[in-house]
Amino acid sequence: MPQPTPDRSHARLEAQRLTLGYDREIVVRELNLVIPTGKITVLVGPNGCGKSTLLKGLGRLLQPRSGAVYLDGRAIAQQSTKAIARQLGLLPQSPTAPEGLTVRELVAQGRYPYQTWLQQWSKADEAAVERALRMTGMKEGDAGDASLENRPLDSLSGGQRQRAWIAMTLAQETDILLLDEPTTFLDLAHQVEVLDLLIDLNQTGCTIVMVLHDLNQACRYADYLVALREGHVFAQGIPNEVMTEAMVREVFGLESRIVRDPITGTPLCLPISRWYEGHHRVAEGF
Amino acid sequence: MAPNWLVMRSNQIPVSFRLHQRVPKMLLLLGSLILVVLVLSVSYGEYPVPPLDVVWTVLGLETGNPDYAFIVNTLRLPRVLVALLVGMALAIAGTITQGILRNPLAAPDIIGINAGAALAAVTLIIALPGVSVSILPIAAFVGGFTVFTLIYLLAWNRGSSPLRLVLVGIGFSLMTGAITNILVTFGDIYDVSQALVWLAGSVYGRSWDEVGALLPWLGAGIPAAMLMARDLNALSLGDDLARGIGSPVEWRRGLLLVISVALAGAAVATAGTVGFVGFIAPHIARRLVGPTHEGLLPTAALTGGLLVVLADLVGRTLFAPIELPCGLVTSALGAPYFLYLLIQRRQ
Repeated sequence: MPQPTPDRSHARLEAQRLTLGYDREIVVRELNLVIPTGKITVLVGPNGCGKSTLLKGLGRLLQPRSGAVYLDGRAIAQQSTKAIARQLGLLPQSPTAPEGLTVRELVAQGRYPYQTWLQQWSKADEAAVERALRMTGMKEGDAGDASLENRPLDSLSGGQRQRAWIAMTLAQETDILLLDEPTTFLDLAHQVEVLDLLIDLNQTGCTIVMVLHDLNQACRYADYLVALREGHVFAQGIPNEVMTEAMVREVFGLESRIVRDPITGTPLCLPISRWYEGHHRVAEGF
Repeated sequence: MAPNWLVMRSNQIPVSFRLHQRVPKMLLLLGSLILVVLVLSVSYGEYPVPPLDVVWTVLGLETGNPDYAFIVNTLRLPRVLVALLVGMALAIAGTITQGILRNPLAAPDIIGINAGAALAAVTLIIALPGVSVSILPIAAFVGGFTVFTLIYLLAWNRGSSPLRLVLVGIGFSLMTGAITNILVTFGDIYDVSQALVWLAGSVYGRSWDEVGALLPWLGAGIPAAMLMARDLNALSLGDDLARGIGSPVEWRRGLLLVISVALAGAAVATAGTVGFVGFIAPHIARRLVGPTHEGLLPTAALTGGLLVVLADLVGRTLFAPIELPCGLVTSALGAPYFLYLLIQRRQ
């Protein structure tokens, strides 16, 4: 996968001196970040580094203590939440739906920001929902009531369910999408299925920002990688530049080797545990 | 187009709605059931009136018996209508609280709103026995709102969390219940017996005045709840997602809670604490039409109305001529169902 440095001059989403926190605790402090438009940006960092908090801040789920997040040059805190929902979609970590809600009903709720008291199901709403269902493969099989779109969410596999949630954010027809660990609790095949779907979306021009736990997945799927430590941006850029042994040591407190991923050519991080260090020494002793 | 959605859409003006096909069918079914039970309930009594004559009398037609008009229109009809309206109000209130608190166990009876209304009314009956009974509904109403406000303020911590609201609510429910018990234990025996009848929840002796007092609350509350059905849908996905799809969470939740308390308060003020209706009716309705609130709200309302009208009829027939208050009947049905759900959810 070729990885040119993304153009950051036409950024739509941007954080300036952003400070975020819960109660008395400050999690993200004076952070500046420009999200490259039309690219996939992945936030990585150890637990508690503020990556999920930052994503919430970017998605106006958390009010900034100071500083601001700008969407097209205007502070999002000053815009109506409905207006923002037409430009920016988000998917929190492990969302839950009421029991018995069908995929189609869930996806239709993505149209909320376009609806009014009188206009609750326009032709545009219907078209957007159809498109979202088709893109996420929820219409496949097309066996009438038995197809995925008419099944309750709680009867689906983890991967299908995550696809249904992504379909809901797609029905919002936004060109920016924020996702918090979209692959947690999924097995490997479903992780790849969901991440590939996000690449498909990105190909249609959607800017994607997501938090990922797995560094190697992050390197494979990111155009732009942001490593966070203690609420600050430690390093940012294309994965080849950011993903170094020094970065992993500084940010995660872990010794590692970085090699080339034999499939994609992106950096691949191999952690060195205490146990292996010991064995290495034993081996040298021979 | 999915085959199971009904779509109403105008090409000229920007008006469009959608509804699951089964919703109108269910509403029609529940509506007819209610009519049947209403007629049976009016027809039954110490002085039975044949069901057909009930219908004729209500429609203002001649039945040949001059007593029927008084028995049906003055004595029995307002009572069953109050039962119907109380059931509808409690059911809508319950559907709203269960939706916004994302907890199927969180009905106004359980989070303390009804208990607050009851405490205020019992305090009035026992502590100030001289006071006119006509201000009872107002006291119940103020009590419900006070408890609700306290719950909301105590649970507020940089935003209102559903779980905290439920926990604080259960705490308040127990506390107000305990104070009510103290009052009942130490109060004057005559006042206490009057309070106990009211506490058990009954539509005995309710007249057209009560129907008239309830109607404006339902007339405002039910359409308001229906208009906010999409916000209820959004809120039941969780605060983050609701905000993500553009719902202004805090003030929509606040508004919905006010509607819920208004309806629950009006119901408790009229008939006392008719237990578990606000909790069971939305459950049954969810089984019938699924969890989207455009269909759920009206279905729950009719289910709740049917439940209370039936409970009143059963209460009158079971040990006739002794009359059981309908609140006792709904509680006898609701409490085991509540336990069943608790056990089922644990597994």
